Amino acid sequence: MKTPRILIIEDENQIRRFVRIALEAENFDVREADSGTRGLIEASTRQPDLVIIDLGLPDLEGKEVIRQIRGWSEMPIVVLSARDREEEKVAALNIGADDYLTKPFGIPELVARVRAHLRRHHCNENQSNPIAHFGDVTIDLSAHIITRAGTEIHLTPIEYRLLLTLINARGRVVTHNQLMLAVWGPNYSERSHYLRIYMGHLRQKLERNPAQPEFLLTELGVGYRLV
Amino acid sequence: MTDERPDPDHLLAEIKKEEIAAQRGKLKIFIGACAGVGKTYAMLNAAQQRLAEGIDVVIGVVETHGRSDTIKLLEKLPLLPLHEIKYRGKSLLEFDIDAALQRAPQLIIIDELAHTNIEGSRHMKRWQDVDELLARGIDVYTTLNVQHLESLNDVVGSITGIRVWETVPDRFFDNADDVTLVDLPPDELLERLREGKVYVPEQAEHAAKNFFRKGNLIALRELALRRTADRVDSQMRAYRADHAIANVWQTRERIIACIGPDSMGNKLVRSAARLANELKADWHAVYVETPALQRLSKGDRQRILDHLKLAEELGAETATLAGSDLIATLIAYAQSRNASKLIVGRPADFSWFQHLRPRFIDALARLAPDIDIYVVVGNEKPTRIKNREIKPGATKWRNYAWATIACGITTLLAEALLRIFDLSNVVMILLLTVVGISIRFGRGPGAWAAALSVLLFDFFFVPPRFSFSVSDVQYLFTFALMLLIALTIGQLAAKLRFEATIANLRERRAQALAALSKELSGALTVEQVVEIANRNVSGIFNSAVAVLLPSSQEKTKVAGTSSSQPTIDIAVAQWVYDHQLPAGLGTHTLSAAASHYLPLKAPMRTRGVLVLEAKDLLFLNEPEEKRLLDTFAAQIALALERVHYVEVAQDALVSMEGERLRNSLLSAISHDLRTPLTALVGLSSTLADTNIPENTQKELALAIRNEAQQMTELVTNLLDMARLQASGIKLKKDWQSIEEIVGSACMQLHRVMTTKKLIISIPASLPLCECDPILIQRVIVNLLDNAAKYTPTGSTISVSATAGNNEITIVVEDNGPGLPLGQETKLFDKFTRGETESNKPGVGLGLALCKAIIEAHGGKISAENRVDGGARFTVTLPLGIAPIPEELL
Repeated sequence: MKTPRILIIEDENQIRRFVRIALEAENFDVREADSGTRGLIEASTRQPDLVIIDLGLPDLEGKEVIRQIRGWSEMPIVVLSARDREEEKVAALNIGADDYLTKPFGIPELVARVRAHLRRHHCNENQSNPIAHFGDVTIDLSAHIITRAGTEIHLTPIEYRLLLTLINARGRVVTHNQLMLAVWGPNYSERSHYLRIYMGHLRQKLERNPAQPEFLLTELGVGYRLV
Repeated sequence: MTDERPDPDHLLAEIKKEEIAAQRGKLKIFIGACAGVGKTYAMLNAAQQRLAEGIDVVIGVVETHGRSDTIKLLEKLPLLPLHEIKYRGKSLLEFDIDAALQRAPQLIIIDELAHTNIEGSRHMKRWQDVDELLARGIDVYTTLNVQHLESLNDVVGSITGIRVWETVPDRFFDNADDVTLVDLPPDELLERLREGKVYVPEQAEHAAKNFFRKGNLIALRELALRRTADRVDSQMRAYRADHAIANVWQTRERIIACIGPDSMGNKLVRSAARLANELKADWHAVYVETPALQRLSKGDRQRILDHLKLAEELGAETATLAGSDLIATLIAYAQSRNASKLIVGRPADFSWFQHLRPRFIDALARLAPDIDIYVVVGNEKPTRIKNREIKPGATKWRNYAWATIACGITTLLAEALLRIFDLSNVVMILLLTVVGISIRFGRGPGAWAAALSVLLFDFFFVPPRFSFSVSDVQYLFTFALMLLIALTIGQLAAKLRFEATIANLRERRAQALAALSKELSGALTVEQVVEIANRNVSGIFNSAVAVLLPSSQEKTKVAGTSSSQPTIDIAVAQWVYDHQLPAGLGTHTLSAAASHYLPLKAPMRTRGVLVLEAKDLLFLNEPEEKRLLDTFAAQIALALERVHYVEVAQDALVSMEGERLRNSLLSAISHDLRTPLTALVGLSSTLADTNIPENTQKELALAIRNEAQQMTELVTNLLDMARLQASGIKLKKDWQSIEEIVGSACMQLHRVMTTKKLIISIPASLPLCECDPILIQRVIVNLLDNAAKYTPTGSTISVSATAGNNEITIVVEDNGPGLPLGQETKLFDKFTRGETESNKPGVGLGLALCKAIIEAHGGKISAENRVDGGARFTVTLPLGIAPIPEELL
């Protein structure tokens, strides 16, 4: 497998620098861009496997860069954003970003995310496995059968649809909006608290400790993620 | 020796006068004996000179009367355009005061000081315009004929036989900075008149026959010369007093003019003004309103008010006194003001009737022997004073009809009872009826009933009955006595009733005032004061009321109105506010306005403007009502001022508190930020040294990361706090799962929690809670972070949540050392930390932020020590009912 190439679009020198050092230490081929425009040029010419992009760029809005990249590529995009800018994150995710990291973030966290997204992207390209696993839970997507430690678990249709949506986007953060749309359809976007109720049910059925979930994670104010 | 030293009060007054004069513009008056002496010409000449000296001169208004010499002088002088006013379909030109104020020249030329402005102008008189210009620091040149001086007005009228109505108050003339007499001998003036230099020929001939007779001109000239000389004299005296040159009479003489309801008040006032002027004395004009005088017709009352107004214009302090005894009230007032002279009027021709009355002047002299009494004798026939309020005809005749009917019924009754009754008892019954009628219907019907009863008694009861003839002459005496008694008792009864009515009216006013004061004393905000003012004033004065208050830019704006809104002209209100004088309807200023505007003057400054609009202008015409209104306004102003100062005091307190917080925040931050920063700098520079072993390097890097992480927490808390404080709190509330919030908080803290045991017990059935998830997460993070920070390794920290009836309770507890005793509530005060000196970073901000967030959610947060050791923090949040998905119903 060739060395994965990662593009960092970030205007802050110091951040760009430590991200590059950390990723190069993990044997990634790292490219940098210090503005949105340069980032778009790099993205189209270097064909990176993953893009890390800061939302607050001096020339173009980060969201605009994401939109343009999504016009021609499905490569994973990880967004860097400040805390208390939940709307910004949600907007970025809604237009196609895959994940976000809140500043300040640790290197282990960044590397883990990058690896997960690269793996997921790689898998999606050459397989459509009808069986999904997490923890002691197995989901047979073709037979609609869910088992936990060998025992069959019954899910309501909505719970199943919710789980299915998360499995299809495994590793990615799925926003409340995206989930509502996928599970209930377009007219329910105002009732995002339904999600909390059903996620609670799913955790009760599938997690070991629902209060400290290991797989069905909450991205507070943004959405959910299955790891 | 002391005599030669000027009175300090006087000096102070002089200094004040100079201060005002320094800011005020200078007024120069060109005075002449009559029209045509060349005042305007002299004034324009002077203006040309000023212009040549480079002074910014503007012509405000000049009447040239077509005189060519004068017109020539107008050349080169910039002219201020006149202002067109529509009046009764005609458009008239008038001096434009606003344009003048806006243009603000150094010197403005305004002809004819005594001119009366067209209705609809700002002021009634031109001299008021000039006064305003002077107040703005603009110098004014103006002209005046001696006959237009208020105090000389009647003298000139009696000399020339022509009375002018356009007058200027004497004090305005006396306060002028400079007065130039423009003099022309009568012969030359007549010559000029003949040559057509004064008026166009046909007018001139008419004028010469009437006003411009030589005798008149000589008299007028003398008056002008004397009046100007008086002024010079007083200037000189003032100078001598200022410089303590000679012994100057220091005690202030006080003169009181007693105004009566008769027509000679006018003369009395003018005489008093002249006397006061000559004696350089303060003077007062008073009117004593006895119950009897309250019955005066509106016209008479209006005349008294006019006299008082005139006195005010002539420089008097005026007062309307209420008292039952005219003489006692007058003397009491005179003594309280330390007045030495009383001026009273007496009609010229005494009627026989007046000789019968106790002589007012004699009584005065007897009761106050130390007061000089001056008597001004009227030269006009005294007008008969109608001592009766004229009531609408219908009521009046109905009253008489009722009186007649009552007498008739009594007669029938007496007739029926005549068998049992003696004739003398019949008289008694009739008298009783008269008393009853007097009480019920007043004097007139009472008197009518008295006469009628005598007639009825004669006709029906005195033998021979049913005829007016009388057999026994003694009955004539009975009739006379009966009439006299009936009249006396009836009048007394009517008077009693009237006085009771007056007393009631006074009582009503006193009660209204008491009610207002009581309500105002309870008012805490401006809005309350305005509401109370509007309600009370509109109720008592039966009018639409509004209170206008100044904005921060000193512009008045409506703060509140009574249920019906009066017509408000903001420009008038602004003028009233700026000048602290009443204006609008019923005043001399902007009297064309639909409403009456009253400044709300408080001791420190004007607090606003009260506007009243009513169909019945009683409150402007009745002195008592007017006084009540003034008192109301003063009370309201006082309340506004009080509320204002309360607010100022509170603001001061708040800013002091803010100051204290800022200081403690700064010291806390400087400690808590500097400590990790010092560590960071130290650690990283050690790391930069390449000679240290690799495992130490790693250790250092980890330490750096931990320090930085702590700073992140601190900065996050600080930023959150700043955000909450800056914009008030904007909560992004939604139905949230406490389990998720606690879960993600724990995830965020997994690094600091590694050495502790964390127990989370949240029931799956816990309902959703409406809150801002990010902020509540911050609360949980801070509580957990604190628990981790202040407990030793291996401690147990637990988070639990339960739902009550109306609330969700979240408890974070530990089994560490617990909270310092007595500090449980102080912990949440901003920037206080449990331990006084601590090496554990984090400004006490964390808990303060928690408190702010929870309280913004309408919840509560508290801290306590657990019985079995450790600290417990309890958060309660209100519990609503979340909508439940259809599928689950």
